Amino acid sequence: MTAIILARDLAKNYPNGKAVFSNIGLNIVARERVALIGSNGAGKSTLLKCLIGLLPSSDGEIVTLGERFRSTPSLAQLQRIRRQIGFVFQHHGLVNRQSVLTNVLQGKLGLPGGWRAWHHSIAKQHWREEAMQSLADVRLLDKAGARADALSGGQAQRVAIARALVRRPKLLIADEPAASLDPTAGRDVMSIFSDLALEHGITFIYTTHDMQHALEYSDRIIALKAGKVFFDRSTADVTRADLRDVFDA
Amino acid sequence: MHDRLMLRRLPPISPITFSLAVALAALVIVSAGQVAPSPGQLAGGIPRMANLVDRMMPPNLEPDFLLRVFWRMVETFQIALVGTVVGVVLSLPFAWLSARDITPIGPFRHISRMLVSLFRTVPDLVWALLFVSAVGLGAVAGTMTIVIDTIGFCGRFFAEAMEDADKKPQEALFAIGAKRFSVLCGAVLPDAMPSLINTTLFALEKAVRSSVVLGLVGAGGIGQELKVAFDLFQYRNASTIILVIFAIVVVMELATDRLRSKVQ
Ligand SMILES: Nc1ncnc2c1ncn2[C@@H]1O[C@H](COP(=O)(O)OP(=O)(O)OP(=O)(O)O)[C@@H](O)[C@H]1O
Ligand SMILES: [Mg+2]
Repeated sequence: MTAIILARDLAKNYPNGKAVFSNIGLNIVARERVALIGSNGAGKSTLLKCLIGLLPSSDGEIVTLGERFRSTPSLAQLQRIRRQIGFVFQHHGLVNRQSVLTNVLQGKLGLPGGWRAWHHSIAKQHWREEAMQSLADVRLLDKAGARADALSGGQAQRVAIARALVRRPKLLIADEPAASLDPTAGRDVMSIFSDLALEHGITFIYTTHDMQHALEYSDRIIALKAGKVFFDRSTADVTRADLRDVFDA
Repeated sequence: MHDRLMLRRLPPISPITFSLAVALAALVIVSAGQVAPSPGQLAGGIPRMANLVDRMMPPNLEPDFLLRVFWRMVETFQIALVGTVVGVVLSLPFAWLSARDITPIGPFRHISRMLVSLFRTVPDLVWALLFVSAVGLGAVAGTMTIVIDTIGFCGRFFAEAMEDADKKPQEALFAIGAKRFSVLCGAVLPDAMPSLINTTLFALEKAVRSSVVLGLVGAGGIGQELKVAFDLFQYRNASTIILVIFAIVVVMELATDRLRSKVQ
Protein backbone atom coordinates (compact mmCIF):
# COMPACT_ATOMS: atom_id res chain seq x y z
CA MET A 1 0.00 0.00 0.00
CA THR A 2 1.34 3.41 -0.93
CA ALA A 3 2.14 5.66 1.99
CA ILE A 4 0.59 9.09 1.67
CA ILE A 5 1.80 10.52 4.96
CA LEU A 6 4.52 9.20 7.22
CA ALA A 7 5.56 11.02 10.35
CA ARG A 8 8.14 10.05 12.95
CA ASP A 9 8.78 11.62 16.35
CA LEU A 10 6.97 14.72 15.24
CA ALA A 11 6.88 17.67 17.67
CA LYS A 12 5.58 21.19 17.44
CA ASN A 13 6.27 24.16 19.69
CA TYR A 14 4.95 27.55 18.70
CA PRO A 15 7.53 30.36 18.78
CA ASN A 16 5.81 31.73 21.89
CA GLY A 17 6.95 28.57 23.71
CA LYS A 18 3.60 26.80 23.56
CA ALA A 19 4.28 23.05 23.17
CA VAL A 20 1.40 21.54 21.22
CA PHE A 21 2.47 17.93 20.69
CA SER A 22 5.51 15.67 20.69
CA ASN A 23 6.50 12.16 19.67
CA ILE A 24 3.76 11.83 17.13
CA GLY A 25 4.06 8.89 14.75
CA LEU A 26 1.67 8.42 11.84
CA ASN A 27 1.37 6.24 8.80
CA ILE A 28 -1.52 7.03 6.52
CA VAL A 29 -1.85 5.04 3.33
CA ALA A 30 -3.60 5.70 0.05
CA ARG A 31 -7.40 5.63 -0.04
CA GLU A 32 -7.76 5.80 3.71
CA ARG A 33 -10.41 8.02 5.23
CA VAL A 34 -9.01 9.29 8.50
CA ALA A 35 -10.83 11.21 11.21
CA LEU A 36 -8.65 13.29 13.52
CA ILE A 37 -10.34 14.01 16.84
CA GLY A 38 -9.45 15.68 20.14
CA SER A 39 -10.63 18.49 22.38
CA ASN A 40 -10.29 22.17 21.53
CA GLY A 41 -6.65 23.13 21.45
CA ALA A 42 -5.49 19.50 21.24
CA GLY A 43 -3.48 20.42 18.16
CA LYS A 44 -5.50 18.92 15.31
CA SER A 45 -5.28 21.93 13.02
CA THR A 46 -1.63 22.44 13.89
CA LEU A 47 -0.84 18.82 13.10
CA LEU A 48 -2.60 18.99 9.73
CA LYS A 49 -0.65 22.13 8.79
CA CYS A 50 2.67 20.61 9.83
CA LEU A 51 2.02 17.45 7.83
CA ILE A 52 1.52 19.37 4.60
CA GLY A 53 4.32 21.81 5.21
CA LEU A 54 2.26 24.93 5.86
CA LEU A 55 3.73 25.22 9.36
CA PRO A 56 7.27 24.30 10.39
CA SER A 57 7.45 21.39 12.84
CA SER A 58 9.99 21.59 15.65
CA ASP A 59 11.31 18.05 15.53
CA GLY A 60 10.90 14.78 13.69
CA GLU A 61 10.64 13.73 10.10
CA ILE A 62 7.75 13.85 7.65
CA VAL A 63 7.21 12.18 4.29
CA THR A 64 4.15 13.60 2.56
CA LEU A 65 3.22 12.42 -0.92
CA GLY A 66 6.77 11.20 -1.41
CA GLU A 67 8.43 14.45 -0.27
CA ARG A 68 10.73 13.87 2.68
CA PHE A 69 11.44 16.84 4.93
CA ARG A 70 12.29 17.98 8.44
CA SER A 71 10.70 21.18 9.81
CA THR A 72 9.64 22.70 6.48
CA PRO A 73 9.74 21.37 2.94
CA SER A 74 11.81 23.23 0.38
CA LEU A 75 9.86 25.60 -1.83
CA ALA A 76 9.92 23.12 -4.70
CA GLN A 77 8.72 20.33 -2.40
CA LEU A 78 5.98 22.52 -0.99
CA GLN A 79 4.82 23.31 -4.48
CA ARG A 80 4.76 19.63 -5.46
CA ILE A 81 2.87 18.76 -2.27
CA ARG A 82 0.33 21.53 -2.74
CA ARG A 83 -0.41 20.50 -6.30
CA GLN A 84 -1.65 17.14 -5.09
CA ILE A 85 -3.77 18.38 -2.21
CA GLY A 86 -7.24 19.85 -1.96
CA PHE A 87 -8.21 21.86 1.11
CA VAL A 88 -11.54 22.58 2.74
CA PHE A 89 -11.82 24.61 5.92
CA GLN A 90 -14.59 25.32 8.39
CA HIS A 91 -15.41 28.46 6.47
CA HIS A 92 -15.95 27.82 2.78
CA GLY A 93 -13.83 30.84 1.78
CA LEU A 94 -15.64 31.41 -1.50
CA VAL A 95 -15.35 34.73 -3.31
CA ASN A 96 -18.83 36.11 -2.74
CA ARG A 97 -19.22 38.23 -5.80
CA GLN A 98 -18.04 35.60 -8.26
CA SER A 99 -20.04 32.88 -9.92
CA VAL A 100 -20.04 29.39 -8.48
CA LEU A 101 -18.26 28.16 -11.61
CA THR A 102 -15.48 30.74 -11.21
CA ASN A 103 -15.07 29.76 -7.58
CA VAL A 104 -14.64 26.12 -8.53
CA LEU A 105 -12.17 27.01 -11.28
CA GLN A 106 -10.10 28.96 -8.77
CA GLY A 107 -9.02 25.60 -7.40
CA LYS A 108 -6.68 25.64 -10.41
CA LEU A 109 -4.87 28.78 -9.19
CA GLY A 110 -1.33 27.87 -8.28
CA LEU A 111 -1.08 25.33 -11.09
CA PRO A 112 0.96 26.25 -14.19
CA GLY A 113 -1.07 28.73 -16.26
CA GLY A 114 -3.19 29.29 -13.18
CA TRP A 115 -4.01 32.87 -14.09
CA ARG A 116 -6.61 31.52 -16.46
CA ALA A 117 -8.59 30.50 -13.40
CA TRP A 118 -9.23 34.14 -12.39
CA HIS A 119 -12.60 34.04 -14.03
CA HIS A 120 -14.64 31.46 -15.89
CA SER A 121 -14.74 33.63 -19.02
CA ILE A 122 -10.99 33.27 -19.64
CA ALA A 123 -10.60 29.66 -18.48
CA LYS A 124 -9.32 26.90 -20.72
CA GLN A 125 -12.17 24.90 -22.15
CA HIS A 126 -11.12 21.61 -20.55
CA TRP A 127 -10.68 23.30 -17.18
CA ARG A 128 -14.19 24.59 -17.46
CA GLU A 129 -15.42 21.10 -18.23
CA GLU A 130 -13.53 19.69 -15.26
CA ALA A 131 -15.07 22.36 -13.06
CA MET A 132 -18.54 21.45 -14.30
CA GLN A 133 -17.76 17.79 -13.59
CA SER A 134 -16.71 18.68 -10.05
CA LEU A 135 -19.92 20.62 -9.59
CA ALA A 136 -21.84 17.60 -10.79
CA ASP A 137 -19.94 15.49 -8.24
CA VAL A 138 -21.23 17.69 -5.42
CA ARG A 139 -24.70 17.81 -7.03
CA LEU A 140 -24.67 21.55 -7.72
CA LEU A 141 -24.50 21.65 -11.50
CA ASP A 142 -27.65 23.77 -11.64
CA LYS A 143 -25.95 26.48 -9.53
CA ALA A 144 -22.95 26.97 -11.82
CA GLY A 145 -24.10 30.43 -12.90
CA ALA A 146 -25.33 31.60 -9.51
CA ARG A 147 -23.33 34.04 -7.43
CA ALA A 148 -21.59 32.44 -4.47
CA ASP A 149 -23.30 34.72 -1.97
CA ALA A 150 -26.68 33.38 -3.09
CA LEU A 151 -25.90 29.91 -1.69
CA SER A 152 -26.84 28.37 1.64
CA GLY A 153 -24.03 27.42 4.01
CA GLY A 154 -24.26 23.77 3.04
CA GLN A 155 -24.25 24.53 -0.66
CA ALA A 156 -21.29 26.89 -0.24
CA GLN A 157 -19.34 24.17 1.52
CA ARG A 158 -20.13 21.76 -1.30
CA VAL A 159 -18.77 24.33 -3.76
CA ALA A 160 -15.64 24.49 -1.63
CA ILE A 161 -15.39 20.71 -1.99
CA ALA A 162 -15.76 21.05 -5.75
CA ARG A 163 -13.01 23.67 -5.72
CA ALA A 164 -10.74 21.21 -3.90
CA LEU A 165 -11.77 18.37 -6.19
CA VAL A 166 -11.04 20.21 -9.43
CA ARG A 167 -7.37 20.01 -8.51
CA ARG A 168 -7.59 16.23 -8.99
CA PRO A 169 -5.99 15.80 -5.58
CA LYS A 170 -4.44 12.63 -4.21
CA LEU A 171 -5.14 13.91 -0.74
CA LEU A 172 -8.10 15.86 0.59
CA ILE A 173 -7.59 17.77 3.82
CA ALA A 174 -10.62 19.16 5.63
CA ASP A 175 -10.45 21.04 8.93
CA GLU A 176 -13.86 20.89 10.61
CA PRO A 177 -15.70 21.09 7.30
CA ALA A 178 -19.12 20.54 8.88
CA ALA A 179 -18.68 22.60 12.04
CA SER A 180 -20.78 25.57 10.96
CA LEU A 181 -23.50 23.58 9.23
CA ASP A 182 -26.82 22.32 10.53
CA PRO A 183 -27.05 18.55 11.15
CA THR A 184 -28.61 17.77 7.79
CA ALA A 185 -26.24 19.90 5.74
CA GLY A 186 -23.35 18.61 7.83
CA ARG A 187 -24.15 14.96 7.10
CA ASP A 188 -24.68 15.85 3.49
CA VAL A 189 -21.23 17.44 3.22
CA MET A 190 -19.54 14.59 5.06
CA SER A 191 -21.18 11.93 2.93
CA ILE A 192 -20.20 13.76 -0.26
CA PHE A 193 -16.60 13.86 0.94
CA SER A 194 -16.67 10.23 1.86
CA ASP A 195 -18.31 9.05 -1.36
CA LEU A 196 -15.93 11.09 -3.52
CA ALA A 197 -12.92 9.80 -1.62
CA LEU A 198 -14.05 6.22 -2.15
CA GLU A 199 -15.06 6.75 -5.76
CA HIS A 200 -11.92 8.61 -6.87
CA GLY A 201 -9.53 6.76 -4.58
CA ILE A 202 -8.59 9.96 -2.74
CA THR A 203 -7.06 9.84 0.71
CA PHE A 204 -9.25 11.91 3.00
CA ILE A 205 -8.12 13.36 6.33
CA TYR A 206 -10.51 15.47 8.33
CA THR A 207 -10.95 16.86 11.81
CA THR A 208 -14.29 16.91 13.54
CA HIS A 209 -15.95 17.40 16.91
CA ASP A 210 -18.94 15.34 15.82
CA MET A 211 -18.32 11.76 16.95
CA GLN A 212 -21.10 10.51 14.70
CA HIS A 213 -19.23 11.95 11.72
CA ALA A 214 -15.99 10.48 12.97
CA LEU A 215 -17.50 7.00 13.24
CA GLU A 216 -19.57 7.06 10.09
CA TYR A 217 -17.24 8.54 7.49
CA SER A 218 -13.85 7.09 8.33
CA ASP A 219 -11.84 3.89 8.09
CA ARG A 220 -9.60 4.97 10.89
CA ILE A 221 -9.72 7.35 13.81
CA ILE A 222 -6.72 9.12 15.31
CA ALA A 223 -7.30 10.77 18.66
CA LEU A 224 -5.02 13.43 20.09
CA LYS A 225 -4.88 14.09 23.79
CA ALA A 226 -2.37 15.96 25.94
CA GLY A 227 0.03 16.37 23.05
CA LYS A 228 0.19 12.66 22.22
CA VAL A 229 -1.62 10.19 20.02
CA PHE A 230 -4.18 8.83 22.47
CA PHE A 231 -5.26 6.09 20.11
CA ASP A 232 -4.95 5.33 16.44
CA ARG A 233 -7.00 2.44 15.21
CA SER A 234 -9.44 1.19 12.67
CA THR A 235 -12.88 2.75 13.11
CA ALA A 236 -14.51 -0.63 13.50
CA ASP A 237 -12.49 -1.19 16.67
CA VAL A 238 -13.34 2.14 18.28
CA THR A 239 -15.93 1.97 21.05
CA ARG A 240 -18.08 4.70 22.54
CA ALA A 241 -16.04 4.39 25.72
CA ASP A 242 -12.83 5.08 23.78
CA LEU A 243 -14.36 8.25 22.41
CA ARG A 244 -15.48 9.39 25.84
CA ASP A 245 -11.96 8.89 27.20
CA VAL A 246 -10.55 11.23 24.57
CA PHE A 247 -12.48 14.14 26.01
CA ASP A 248 -12.24 13.24 29.71
CA ALA A 249 -9.90 15.51 31.58
CA MET B 1 -30.87 66.36 44.42
CA HIS B 2 -31.28 66.24 40.69
CA ASP B 3 -28.99 69.20 40.18
CA ARG B 4 -26.26 67.77 42.29
CA LEU B 5 -26.35 64.52 40.31
CA MET B 6 -26.16 66.44 37.11
CA LEU B 7 -23.24 68.48 38.36
CA ARG B 8 -21.35 65.45 39.44
CA ARG B 9 -21.78 63.88 36.06
CA LEU B 10 -20.47 66.92 34.18
CA PRO B 11 -16.69 66.91 34.35
CA PRO B 12 -15.23 70.25 35.40
CA ILE B 13 -13.34 72.21 32.74
CA SER B 14 -9.64 71.73 33.27
CA PRO B 15 -7.38 74.82 33.32
CA ILE B 16 -5.59 73.54 30.23
CA THR B 17 -8.82 73.21 28.24
CA PHE B 18 -9.83 76.69 29.39
CA SER B 19 -6.55 78.33 28.36
CA LEU B 20 -6.64 76.56 24.99
CA ALA B 21 -10.19 77.81 24.39
CA VAL B 22 -9.19 81.38 25.24
CA ALA B 23 -6.13 81.20 23.00
CA LEU B 24 -8.22 79.86 20.13
CA ALA B 25 -10.81 82.61 20.53
CA ALA B 26 -8.06 85.26 20.54
CA LEU B 27 -6.57 83.76 17.38
CA VAL B 28 -9.91 83.87 15.57
CA ILE B 29 -10.56 87.48 16.60
CA VAL B 30 -7.10 88.72 15.60
CA SER B 31 -7.28 86.87 12.27
CA ALA B 32 -10.73 88.18 11.51
CA GLY B 33 -9.44 91.72 12.04
CA GLN B 34 -6.86 91.08 9.32
CA VAL B 35 -8.71 89.06 6.67
CA ALA B 36 -12.47 89.35 7.16
CA PRO B 37 -14.30 92.16 5.36
CA SER B 38 -14.82 95.23 7.53
CA PRO B 39 -18.38 96.63 7.81
CA GLY B 40 -17.24 99.48 5.58
CA GLN B 41 -16.00 97.11 2.89
CA LEU B 42 -19.21 95.09 3.14
CA ALA B 43 -21.29 98.25 2.82
CA GLY B 44 -19.32 99.33 -0.25
CA GLY B 45 -19.05 95.80 -1.66
CA ILE B 46 -22.71 94.93 -1.77
CA PRO B 47 -23.68 97.69 -4.22
CA ARG B 48 -20.63 96.89 -6.34
CA MET B 49 -21.64 93.23 -6.39
CA ALA B 50 -25.16 94.25 -7.38
CA ASN B 51 -23.71 96.41 -10.11
CA LEU B 52 -21.62 93.48 -11.37
CA VAL B 53 -24.61 91.14 -11.42
CA ASP B 54 -26.51 93.83 -13.27
CA ARG B 55 -23.80 94.03 -15.93
CA MET B 56 -23.88 90.24 -16.23
CA MET B 57 -27.52 90.34 -17.27
CA PRO B 58 -28.79 89.16 -19.60
CA PRO B 59 -26.37 86.28 -20.32
CA ASN B 60 -24.84 86.36 -23.80
CA LEU B 61 -26.79 83.91 -25.97
CA GLU B 62 -25.33 84.72 -29.39
CA PRO B 63 -25.05 81.48 -31.40
CA ASP B 64 -21.38 82.08 -32.23
CA PHE B 65 -20.48 82.51 -28.61
CA LEU B 66 -22.64 79.59 -27.48
CA LEU B 67 -20.93 77.37 -30.02
CA ARG B 68 -17.52 78.40 -28.69
CA VAL B 69 -18.64 77.71 -25.14
CA PHE B 70 -20.01 74.37 -26.30
CA TRP B 71 -16.67 73.28 -27.75
CA ARG B 72 -14.83 74.51 -24.68
CA MET B 73 -17.22 72.46 -22.58
CA VAL B 74 -16.55 69.42 -24.74
CA GLU B 75 -12.85 69.95 -24.19
CA THR B 76 -13.45 70.21 -20.43
CA PHE B 77 -15.26 66.89 -20.53
CA GLN B 78 -12.50 65.29 -22.54
CA ILE B 79 -9.94 66.46 -19.98
CA ALA B 80 -12.06 65.10 -17.15
CA LEU B 81 -12.85 61.81 -18.84
CA VAL B 82 -9.41 60.97 -20.19
CA GLY B 83 -7.77 62.18 -16.99
CA THR B 84 -10.06 60.06 -14.84
CA VAL B 85 -9.75 56.92 -16.94
CA VAL B 86 -5.97 57.09 -17.12
CA GLY B 87 -5.85 58.06 -13.45
CA VAL B 88 -8.05 55.16 -12.39
CA VAL B 89 -6.00 52.68 -14.40
CA LEU B 90 -2.77 53.98 -12.85
CA SER B 91 -4.38 54.01 -9.39
CA LEU B 92 -4.79 50.24 -9.43
CA PRO B 93 -1.06 49.43 -9.30
CA PHE B 94 -0.49 52.22 -6.79
CA ALA B 95 -3.27 50.83 -4.61
CA TRP B 96 -1.98 47.29 -4.93
CA LEU B 97 1.50 48.38 -3.91
CA SER B 98 0.11 50.39 -0.97
CA ALA B 99 -2.46 48.01 0.48
CA ARG B 100 -1.56 46.39 3.78
CA ASP B 101 -1.21 42.56 3.64
CA ILE B 102 -1.90 42.59 -0.08
CA THR B 103 1.11 44.49 -1.33
CA PRO B 104 3.83 42.41 -2.96
CA ILE B 105 6.59 44.70 -1.68
CA GLY B 106 6.14 44.41 2.09
CA PRO B 107 7.19 47.47 4.10
CA PHE B 108 8.14 49.34 0.93
CA ARG B 109 4.42 49.89 0.45
CA HIS B 110 4.84 53.09 2.46
CA ILE B 111 6.80 54.61 -0.42
CA SER B 112 3.82 54.09 -2.70
CA ARG B 113 1.46 55.44 -0.05
CA MET B 114 3.56 58.53 0.43
CA LEU B 115 3.64 59.17 -3.28
CA VAL B 116 -0.16 58.90 -3.43
CA SER B 117 -0.42 61.28 -0.45
CA LEU B 118 1.82 63.74 -2.22
CA PHE B 119 -0.40 63.63 -5.29
CA ARG B 120 -3.43 64.21 -3.10
CA THR B 121 -2.20 66.91 -0.76
CA VAL B 122 -0.75 69.25 -3.37
CA PRO B 123 -3.81 71.17 -4.68
CA ASP B 124 -4.83 70.59 -8.29
CA LEU B 125 -4.22 74.21 -9.30
CA VAL B 126 -0.62 73.87 -8.18
CA TRP B 127 -0.19 70.72 -10.29
CA ALA B 128 -1.80 72.58 -13.18
CA LEU B 129 0.70 75.42 -12.85
CA LEU B 130 3.55 72.91 -12.83
CA PHE B 131 2.29 71.10 -15.92
CA VAL B 132 1.57 74.32 -17.77
CA SER B 133 5.20 75.29 -17.22
CA ALA B 134 6.32 71.84 -18.29
CA VAL B 135 4.21 71.16 -21.39
CA GLY B 136 2.80 74.61 -22.16
CA LEU B 137 -0.68 76.11 -22.10
CA GLY B 138 -3.64 73.98 -23.05
CA ALA B 139 -5.64 70.84 -22.46
CA VAL B 140 -2.67 68.45 -22.17
CA ALA B 141 -1.56 70.14 -18.95
CA GLY B 142 -5.15 69.89 -17.71
CA THR B 143 -5.38 66.18 -18.45
CA MET B 144 -2.11 65.48 -16.67
CA THR B 145 -3.36 67.39 -13.67
CA ILE B 146 -6.54 65.33 -13.52
CA VAL B 147 -4.50 62.13 -13.83
CA ILE B 148 -2.36 63.06 -10.84
CA ASP B 149 -5.36 64.27 -8.88
CA THR B 150 -7.23 61.03 -9.59
CA ILE B 151 -4.30 58.88 -8.50
CA GLY B 152 -4.15 60.87 -5.28
CA PHE B 153 -7.83 60.21 -4.65
CA CYS B 154 -8.39 56.72 -6.07
CA GLY B 155 -4.97 55.40 -5.07
CA ARG B 156 -5.92 55.90 -1.46
CA PHE B 157 -9.51 54.67 -1.55
CA PHE B 158 -8.75 51.72 -3.84
CA ALA B 159 -6.08 50.61 -1.37
CA GLU B 160 -8.58 50.85 1.48
CA ALA B 161 -11.12 48.87 -0.51
CA MET B 162 -8.53 46.16 -1.16
CA GLU B 163 -7.61 46.04 2.52
CA ASP B 164 -11.29 45.67 3.42
CA ALA B 165 -11.84 42.78 1.00
CA ASP B 166 -12.91 39.48 2.56
CA LYS B 167 -9.79 37.72 3.93
CA LYS B 168 -11.16 34.18 3.96
CA PRO B 169 -11.13 33.49 0.24
CA GLN B 170 -7.66 35.02 0.06
CA GLU B 171 -6.43 32.60 2.71
CA ALA B 172 -8.09 29.68 0.96
CA LEU B 173 -6.36 30.57 -2.31
CA PHE B 174 -2.96 31.22 -0.74
CA ALA B 175 -3.19 27.79 0.90
CA ILE B 176 -3.30 26.10 -2.48
CA GLY B 177 -0.31 28.06 -3.66
CA ALA B 178 -1.96 30.83 -5.68
CA LYS B 179 0.33 33.75 -6.57
CA ARG B 180 -0.26 37.17 -5.04
CA PHE B 181 -1.31 38.60 -8.35
CA SER B 182 -3.78 35.76 -8.91
CA VAL B 183 -5.29 36.30 -5.51
CA LEU B 184 -5.58 40.00 -6.33
CA CYS B 185 -7.39 39.35 -9.59
CA GLY B 186 -9.40 36.32 -8.50
CA ALA B 187 -10.49 37.33 -5.01
CA VAL B 188 -9.53 40.86 -3.93
CA LEU B 189 -10.67 42.87 -6.95
CA PRO B 190 -14.03 41.10 -7.41
CA ASP B 191 -14.78 41.62 -3.75
CA ALA B 192 -13.77 45.28 -3.80
CA MET B 193 -15.50 46.00 -7.11
CA PRO B 194 -18.57 47.93 -5.85
CA SER B 195 -16.32 50.15 -3.80
CA LEU B 196 -13.92 50.66 -6.72
CA ILE B 197 -16.76 51.67 -9.01
CA ASN B 198 -18.19 54.08 -6.44
CA THR B 199 -14.83 55.70 -5.94
CA THR B 200 -14.36 55.97 -9.70
CA LEU B 201 -17.69 57.75 -10.07
CA PHE B 202 -16.75 60.19 -7.32
CA ALA B 203 -13.43 60.73 -9.03
CA LEU B 204 -15.17 61.51 -12.30
CA GLU B 205 -17.47 64.00 -10.62
CA LYS B 206 -14.51 65.61 -8.90
CA ALA B 207 -12.57 65.69 -12.17
CA VAL B 208 -15.37 67.56 -13.95
CA ARG B 209 -15.41 70.14 -11.18
CA SER B 210 -11.65 70.59 -11.20
CA SER B 211 -11.29 70.60 -14.96
CA VAL B 212 -13.70 73.55 -14.99
CA VAL B 213 -11.30 75.72 -12.97
CA LEU B 214 -8.04 74.43 -14.44
CA GLY B 215 -8.46 76.86 -17.34
CA LEU B 216 -7.96 79.73 -14.90
CA VAL B 217 -4.26 78.90 -14.88
CA GLY B 218 -4.17 78.09 -18.58
CA ALA B 219 -4.64 74.34 -18.49
CA GLY B 220 -7.44 74.22 -21.05
CA GLY B 221 -11.19 73.83 -20.88
CA ILE B 222 -14.06 76.16 -20.10
CA GLY B 223 -12.18 77.91 -17.29
CA GLN B 224 -9.91 79.52 -19.87
CA GLU B 225 -12.97 81.10 -21.50
CA LEU B 226 -14.19 82.33 -18.12
CA LYS B 227 -10.87 83.96 -17.36
CA VAL B 228 -10.84 85.69 -20.74
CA ALA B 229 -14.37 86.97 -20.14
CA PHE B 230 -13.41 88.50 -16.78
CA ASP B 231 -10.09 89.85 -18.03
CA LEU B 232 -11.87 91.64 -20.89
CA PHE B 233 -14.79 92.77 -18.71
CA GLN B 234 -17.21 90.74 -20.86
CA TYR B 235 -19.52 90.08 -17.95
CA ARG B 236 -22.45 88.87 -20.06
CA ASN B 237 -20.20 86.15 -21.48
CA ALA B 238 -19.08 85.28 -17.99
CA SER B 239 -22.63 84.79 -16.76
CA THR B 240 -23.40 82.42 -19.64
CA ILE B 241 -20.33 80.38 -18.82
CA ILE B 242 -21.15 80.29 -15.12
CA LEU B 243 -24.66 79.08 -15.88
CA VAL B 244 -23.37 76.39 -18.22
CA ILE B 245 -20.84 75.23 -15.62
CA PHE B 246 -23.55 75.14 -12.99
CA ALA B 247 -25.82 73.09 -15.23
CA ILE B 248 -23.06 70.65 -16.17
CA VAL B 249 -21.91 70.06 -12.62
CA VAL B 250 -25.48 69.46 -11.46
CA VAL B 251 -26.16 67.07 -14.34
CA MET B 252 -22.92 65.29 -13.61
CA GLU B 253 -23.80 64.84 -9.94
CA LEU B 254 -27.25 63.54 -10.80
CA ALA B 255 -25.81 61.11 -13.34
CA THR B 256 -23.14 59.71 -11.05
CA ASP B 257 -25.61 59.45 -8.16
CA ARG B 258 -27.88 57.50 -10.42
CA LEU B 259 -25.09 55.15 -11.49
CA ARG B 260 -23.91 54.73 -7.92
CA SER B 261 -27.31 53.59 -6.77
CA LYS B 262 -27.14 50.86 -9.41
CA VAL B 263 -23.91 49.37 -8.05
CA GLN B 264 -24.27 46.76 -5.33
N1 LIG C 1 -0.19 30.71 15.78
C1 LIG C 1 -0.15 30.21 17.03
N2 LIG C 1 0.75 30.66 17.91
C2 LIG C 1 0.81 30.15 19.17
N3 LIG C 1 0.00 29.17 19.63
C3 LIG C 1 -0.95 28.69 18.78
C4 LIG C 1 -1.07 29.17 17.44
N4 LIG C 1 -2.07 28.49 16.85
C5 LIG C 1 -2.54 27.63 17.77
N5 LIG C 1 -1.87 27.74 18.93
C6 LIG C 1 -2.08 26.94 20.14
O1 LIG C 1 -1.77 25.60 19.83
C7 LIG C 1 -2.69 24.71 20.42
C8 LIG C 1 -3.32 23.83 19.36
O2 LIG C 1 -4.15 24.60 18.52
P1 LIG C 1 -4.95 23.98 17.31
O3 LIG C 1 -5.64 25.08 16.64
O4 LIG C 1 -4.03 23.15 16.52
O5 LIG C 1 -5.98 23.05 18.08
P2 LIG C 1 -7.23 22.29 17.49
O6 LIG C 1 -7.14 20.90 17.97
O7 LIG C 1 -7.34 22.49 16.04
O8 LIG C 1 -8.41 23.02 18.24
P3 LIG C 1 -9.90 23.31 17.75
O9 LIG C 1 -10.64 22.05 17.98
O10 LIG C 1 -10.37 24.37 18.68
O11 LIG C 1 -9.84 23.72 16.33
C9 LIG C 1 -3.71 25.57 21.15
O12 LIG C 1 -3.38 25.60 22.51
C10 LIG C 1 -3.53 26.94 20.56
O13 LIG C 1 -3.80 27.91 21.51
MG1 LIG D 1 -8.70 23.48 14.75
